[in-house]
Amino acid sequence: MKYVDEFRDGELAKGLAAAVAIATKCAADATRSYSFMEFCGGHTHAISRYGIADLLPANVHMIHGPGCPVCVLPIGRVDMAIALALEHGATLCTYGDTLRIPASHGLSLLKAKSQGGDIRIVYSCADALALAQAHPEKQVVFFAIGFETTTPPTAVVIRQAQILGLKNFSVLCCHVLTPSAIGHILESPEVRDYGTVPLDGFIGPAHVSTVIGSRPYEFFAEEYRKPVVIAGFEPLDVMQAILMLVKQVNEGRAEVENQFSRAVTREGNLKAQNLVAEVFELRREFEWRGLNIVPYSALSIRGHYAQFDAEKRFPLSYRQVADNKACECGAILRGVKRPWECKLFGTVCTPENPMGSCMVSSEGACAAHYTYGRFKQLVQA
Amino acid sequence: MSEIKRGYVRPLDIKQGCVDMSHGSGGRAMAQLIEELFAGAFANEYLGQNDDGAVLPAAAGRLVLSTDCHVVSPLFFPGGDIGCLSVHGTINDVAMMGATPLYLTAGFILEEGFPFAELKRIIDSMACASKEAGVPVVAGDTKVVERGHGDGVFITTTGLGFLPEGVNLSGNRARAGDRILVSGTLGDHGMAIMAQRESLGFSSPIISDTAALHGLVAALMKSGADVRTLRDPTRGGLATTLNEIAQQSAVGMMLQEPALPINREVAAACELLGLDPLYVANEGKLVAIVASDDAERALAALRAHPLGSRAAIIGTVHEDSHHFVQMTTGFGGRRIVDWLTGEQLPRIC
Repeated sequence: MKYVDEFRDGELAKGLAAAVAIATKCAADATRSYSFMEFCGGHTHAISRYGIADLLPANVHMIHGPGCPVCVLPIGRVDMAIALALEHGATLCTYGDTLRIPASHGLSLLKAKSQGGDIRIVYSCADALALAQAHPEKQVVFFAIGFETTTPPTAVVIRQAQILGLKNFSVLCCHVLTPSAIGHILESPEVRDYGTVPLDGFIGPAHVSTVIGSRPYEFFAEEYRKPVVIAGFEPLDVMQAILMLVKQVNEGRAEVENQFSRAVTREGNLKAQNLVAEVFELRREFEWRGLNIVPYSALSIRGHYAQFDAEKRFPLSYRQVADNKACECGAILRGVKRPWECKLFGTVCTPENPMGSCMVSSEGACAAHYTYGRFKQLVQA
Repeated sequence: MSEIKRGYVRPLDIKQGCVDMSHGSGGRAMAQLIEELFAGAFANEYLGQNDDGAVLPAAAGRLVLSTDCHVVSPLFFPGGDIGCLSVHGTINDVAMMGATPLYLTAGFILEEGFPFAELKRIIDSMACASKEAGVPVVAGDTKVVERGHGDGVFITTTGLGFLPEGVNLSGNRARAGDRILVSGTLGDHGMAIMAQRESLGFSSPIISDTAALHGLVAALMKSGADVRTLRDPTRGGLATTLNEIAQQSAVGMMLQEPALPINREVAAACELLGLDPLYVANEGKLVAIVASDDAERALAALRAHPLGSRAAIIGTVHEDSHHFVQMTTGFGGRRIVDWLTGEQLPRIC
C-alpha cells in the first residue's frame, strides 16, 4: 500500500536497529541503559503490533505513557455518560473504544446498552450531529473524549449546532491536554525524587502534535532537561525516533526534535487551535485515571456555547470513584509499573473482562501487551 | 399446492406488497407465499413431494450434517446477499469436513412488513446459488414475526453431505511441522459488509468473496495431499480459526506476515478504520493444515482452481504448550495473533 508500506519496511528496520545498537555502545558510560517513554497509545500499539521491542538492543527500554484517551478517562466520567443514557433517556453517541470501559456498579456503556440505554457507536462527531438533526424528538449527546487530535472536530460540531439552532444536541466534554499530563509525570515523585522511574526522554505524540505543533514541548526539554522527539505512528518512525533520542542522550542534549516533519510544524495547525480556543476554555482541574486530579489539564465548553454543554443541560454531578484496589492501572499509566507486574494482569483482568482501563483499548498498555506480547513473559518463565 | 386454490387467490403483489402476519399463520396466505415465491425458485423432485418431510435415497457410508444461522445486516451487499450467503455458508461447513454436500434445508424467519420484492431477490439469489452448487434445497419452513421482532429476514440452512471412505479431517489433527495454507485473499467479506453498513463510500467498492467451496475442496482432496484440517475462516477471521485449531490440536503456530494474501482495497480500508484484516470475516476462503511434505502439492491444487488462484502457504505448526498463534511481522519483530476480543472496533486516534 503506497505511503504505508514504505514506513513498515523490514530491511530499513534492520538498518535502524543496527544503528541504535551501535549508538548505545557509543555512550560515555558503555554500561548505561536508556529508558524512553512513548507518551501516546498509538506508539504503544505500533511497538507491540510490529514487535519493535524485538529489534531493540537489551539496554533500550520503552515505558508506556498515559496517552491513551480511553485509559485515562476516570470512572466518574463514564458513570455520567451511563446516567445520560439510562436516567435521562438521552441518545448517547460515542467512539467505539469507550464501550467496554468498566464503570461503577459493574456497568459499562455496553452493559447499559443491553439494559435498554440508547447508546450508539459513531465514527465521527459529525454523525452524532446528523442524528440530532434527523431526530428532533431525541436528546442526542456526544460523548467527547480524547486529546488535542479529537478536540477540533468537536469544536466544529458545537459551532455547527449553534448555526443550525439545534435544541436537541449537546456534548459531554472530556477532552484532555497532552502537555499537562507530561508535566504531571515529570513532576511526580517517582521521576523527580525517588528515581524509581528512570526517564531519559520522550517520544512525543504524532497526531496531537499536528494540531498543537512542537513548540509546547520545548518547555519540558528546557526545564526538565529531557529530550523529546516527535514521531509518527508507523514503526519506522518509532525506530528512527529512538535512534534520535539515544543520540541526544549520548551528546548530552535535551532538545525538541521533529521526526514527524511530514506532518508536524513548530506552530501546528493555527486554524484548529483558534477554533478550539473559541469553543473551549481550560478546566481548573480534571481527574485522570492513574494521575488523579491534574490542574488545568482538560477543557470545558465556554459559556457562549453553554446550551450545547451536556453538563449544563442535564442535572449531572461528578463523583470521584476509586479504582479496584488491586488494579495497577494508575502506576502503569505513570510508568512506575509494567503490565505484567500487576497481579490482576491476565488472571482476572483480560481484554474480555477488563478490570482496569489499560486493558480496554487496543492502545492501552495492558491490552497491547496481553494481545501481542504476553508470550515473552511465559517463554521466560 | 392444489389446483383449486389458484382460481380465487389474487397473485401476490411482488412489486408493492409486503409480508404480514397472515403469511405465517398456516392458512391460505402462507400457502400462496410458499407457492409463488419459494416453490418455483427452488423446484426439485424432493421439494416437489409436498409432504411434511423430504424422502431421500440413503447413501451407504458416513454422512456429515451441519447447520448455520444467517443474520447479516445489510441484507444486500456488494458481491452477494443473505440468500446466496446462507447457501454458501452451509455448503462450506459440510465441505470443510471433506464431504460432498448433497442436500440443503432452509428455514426463514420473516419480519412483518418486509417487502415481497426484496424477499424475491433473496430467494432467487438463494435458488441460483443452490443450482450453481448442484445442491438442492429439499425442505423448508417459514415463520413470520411481528414488526420490530426481527431484522427483515433471518435464514437458517442445514446441509447434509456424504463423507467418502478414508477422509478424516478434524481440528485436532494439526501436528508440529505441518504447513498452514489459505486459499486466497483475507477479509474481503467483512470489509464489504462494513463499508456498506457504515456508508463509508469507498471509491473502489470492496466485493464480498461469498462462494461455495466444495469444488475447491474436491480438487484439494483429489491431489492426494495429506490434509489434516480444513476450516472456513468466517466470523472472527483467520486469527480466530487458527486459534481454534491450535487449541484443539494442542499446538502452536507461526505465521509469516509477508506471505498473507490481502487485497489492496481491503488493506487500505482496514488501515483507515484501525482494523486488522486477520480478524475480518471471509465467506469464500478456506484454511488448510497440510503435512509438510505435501504442502506444495496442495498449494498447486488450490491454485489450479479458480477459487484458489491466490492461495498461499502462510505458516507452520510447531510444538507450544501455551498454544499461541504467533506471527513474524514484515517489520522483523514477532507478535501474538490472539483470539478476538469482543467486536473489532475502530480506534480513536
